[in-house]
Amino acid sequence: MDDKYYLEFEKPIVELDNKIKEIRDLAGSSGADLEEEIKNLEKKRNKLQGDVYSRLNRWQRVQLARHPLRPYSLDLVSLIFDDFIELHGDRYFSEDRALVGGFAMLNNQAVMFVGQQKGRNVKQRQYRNFGMSHPEGYRKALRLFCLAEKFGRPIIIFIDTPGAYCGIGAEERGQAEAIARNIREMFAIEVPIVIVIIGEGASGGALGIGIGDIVLMLENSWYSVISPEGCAAILWKSVDDPKQLEANRIQAAESLKPTSSDLLDLGIIDGIIPEPLGGAHRDYSATAKNIKNKLVEVLPNLMGKNSQELLADRLRKYRSMGEFLEI
Amino acid sequence: MVEWFKRSKKGISSDERRDIPDGVWTKCSSCGEILTVISLEKSYWVCSKCDYHFRISADSYIKLIIDDGTFEEYDGNLISGDPLKFKDSKKYPERIAAARKKTGKNDAVISGLGRINGLDASFAVMDFNFIGASMGSVVGEKIARAIERSLDREFPLVIVSCSGGARMMEGILSLMQMAKTSALLSLLDKRRIPFISVLTNPTTAGVMASYASLGDIIIAEPKALLGFAGPRVIAQTIGGELPPGFQSSEFLLEHGFLDAIVQRKNLKETISKLLKYMLHDNISLFDQ
Ligand SMILES: [Zn+2]
Repeated sequence: MDDKYYLEFEKPIVELDNKIKEIRDLAGSSGADLEEEIKNLEKKRNKLQGDVYSRLNRWQRVQLARHPLRPYSLDLVSLIFDDFIELHGDRYFSEDRALVGGFAMLNNQAVMFVGQQKGRNVKQRQYRNFGMSHPEGYRKALRLFCLAEKFGRPIIIFIDTPGAYCGIGAEERGQAEAIARNIREMFAIEVPIVIVIIGEGASGGALGIGIGDIVLMLENSWYSVISPEGCAAILWKSVDDPKQLEANRIQAAESLKPTSSDLLDLGIIDGIIPEPLGGAHRDYSATAKNIKNKLVEVLPNLMGKNSQELLADRLRKYRSMGEFLEI
Repeated sequence: MVEWFKRSKKGISSDERRDIPDGVWTKCSSCGEILTVISLEKSYWVCSKCDYHFRISADSYIKLIIDDGTFEEYDGNLISGDPLKFKDSKKYPERIAAARKKTGKNDAVISGLGRINGLDASFAVMDFNFIGASMGSVVGEKIARAIERSLDREFPLVIVSCSGGARMMEGILSLMQMAKTSALLSLLDKRRIPFISVLTNPTTAGVMASYASLGDIIIAEPKALLGFAGPRVIAQTIGGELPPGFQSSEFLLEHGFLDAIVQRKNLKETISKLLKYMLHDNISLFDQ
């Protein structure tokens, strides 16, 4: 993993990491016994990391969810599932590379996997359209949900999108219709659906593949109706001063309450999957293992329900969402 | 106010709308034609020169579509909470209070039961004057209950939509209203109870990406702005100009996403005919 990239608040930790590495190299080349010093520095580093991560504000959590080194759907698929066979296309118009899906094995259970996919470098990002699907992505997803239903396979969905794509073609081909249809049809799919928000869960673009019996979030992911910067832009219009802009985004993130613990408090999600200290990008395998354990834990119960029960429970879950007063 | 300018009971009232000025004359915001308010009231607030449909209030649509004296409002007592304790220049409860005062409504949708040319229906209509007809928990709950009234009574559902976007101040709860309303529409779909979605200017974002796009029949008023993303956002994303007529009703019809574009004055007739075609007991279209 390329670890040259780090966020502002990761900087002191990365600096200590580099120092530890320097001393290790020095000890290696000179033969000097620097174990004691290394141990002290590591202790200091771990304490610092603990402190930094326990104090992150919501905007910083959003940064973690967008960390350029964060594991994306396909990174995790290869660590969680066996024998993934990718299936392409919506059968109507085209293949949407911002959304991937196909059959896979979760231990001994055949499942359908669907996930939003971002790209890592400039070329891949364009290829994946930054994880922003056109209507074809949503239609492909629905095709795969129906395929899973037809053959009785539970569906596992990873959400990671900065939003559904906003463009001329997307509107021409009915972005709103595609998302609306998916949301409605997901309430009629008669096999279990488990959702994991692994990075960004931005608005309708996320919800368009986001209806499930169990909805989980990775610890440092976010999920809301709008991104904090989008919210800030609407509330405070354009701001030129970068410090003020940052302050607005911090406040918008605090107001929107988009983090995993916020959504658990609001009763929107069913659980949080812990990430390794420092974030999912620090250890893909540990992240994948945590997700896999949770999937293996929740699936049997869902698979034990008959389809009527499953759909009734799914409906009840979403029917109760919202807060209002009666006067 | 002179007598002849007072709102007639039968026509569409002008209420407090930014779109519709209080004056004897007004300028069409589309073609610039100078029109008299009195002629506009007679023409259902449609420009006689360019067919621009001025924005009208929820009450006006009730008057336009529902048979006189048959509308019974439900859930008018629902008001917004402040689930996120949303911090902004103005507190969310203050925004709600201001909107309630301005519109005389408790939120952005009016819902209830009424008859459309004698046919019982569950009806809901959104009002742009209330925080841009944004969808929060109250809108979602009232639409959900309107669908449940359809399910309970086997009445067809008619929703007149408009919306500028999500009720951002309710964060994720606002988003989940798309799920809640669509969930119930899946039941309506299974039960084969007709749902006509009427789109008015503008219908965008979360409302467009949920119930507004899920009608068995979807009709729109002419020249309405309809779409997922707002035009400004799209122009920003693509870094260029948008083609003329982009995201208009005519554009959606052209691309296959509308059943029909219907003049405001024909809405009631069209809705009631369509309902008759879809209802189980096969009423003759001409037995009224
Ligand atoms: Zn005009």
